[in-house]
Amino acid sequence: MRTTRFVSGLLLAGALGLTGLSASAVTPAELQQNFDAAARAGVPGYTGFSAQRGRQFFNSTHGNDWSCASCHTQDPAGPGRHAKTGRDIAPLSPVANPQRFTDPAKADKWFSRNCNDVLGRPCTAQEKGDVLAYLMSLGK
Amino acid sequence: MNNTTKRWVFDTTVWTSAVMMTFVLLIHDVAAESRFPPVANDKWQAECGSCHIAYPPQLLPAASWRRVMSELDKHFGADASLDAASAAGIGAFLESNAARGKRAAVDAGTLRITEAPWFRREHREVAAPVWKGASVKTPANCGACHTTAERGDFSERGVRIPR
Repeated sequence: MRTTRFVSGLLLAGALGLTGLSASAVTPAELQQNFDAAARAGVPGYTGFSAQRGRQFFNSTHGNDWSCASCHTQDPAGPGRHAKTGRDIAPLSPVANPQRFTDPAKADKWFSRNCNDVLGRPCTAQEKGDVLAYLMSLGK
Repeated sequence: MNNTTKRWVFDTTVWTSAVMMTFVLLIHDVAAESRFPPVANDKWQAECGSCHIAYPPQLLPAASWRRVMSELDKHFGADASLDAASAAGIGAFLESNAARGKRAAVDAGTLRITEAPWFRREHREVAAPVWKGASVKTPANCGACHTTAERGDFSERGVRIPR
């Protein structure tokens, strides 16, 4: 009886876990589609994303102290290091690190924090999409 | 053996054991103070541990943690904002396991663990250039010397000062 309850509890937990996973997990390309939809709705003159523009954006300090590359390096397919704490950072490019850009809430959280740190304002859908296009283009 | 000799043997044995026990307890106490009981919280580990080691809650008093968690958008020069539910959960975990006693003796409003008097006292033998070394970078980088810091173990046994 006890075992049955334990096993069914385990199955239920597993099923919930899977549901949770499938509800939140996306591919980087799907995330890119979200940025595309937001840019179509909100960015005047939007004509699509550019990996080249994303690369420039990524490496620019935008008039402040930091760029994205300050921590993620100019080769975001490789490991990075936090500019302040020295903490190792796993590769940002989904080409090198398949876990990247598969959790929309996590991507939102970090874009929100890091755009504020680097630019002092939120990034536009255009900028996020350009950066993701750049990161997805690496190693190709 | 006459009675005096017996008495002497008995006294010596008792005193020696007492001294040894005290010594063992002292060592144990000192070691236990720098090995924090494994309080675990997945959110704390994941969120606080993404830019630096997840500092054990026992390193700051509750009032300091409360302030840290209320200013996450300006967290030591970086934006570490969290959604309200995560911040509340992590804040409660930090406060309920916060420093008590000696380690809680910090100036009101202290946010930096490295400014606490106990921290300075325990690191007074570390020479200034060590703090500036490339692999250390900042006193906040516990793991640079405390090789077992990630497990909450700051005991001297795990310390390797980089040369």
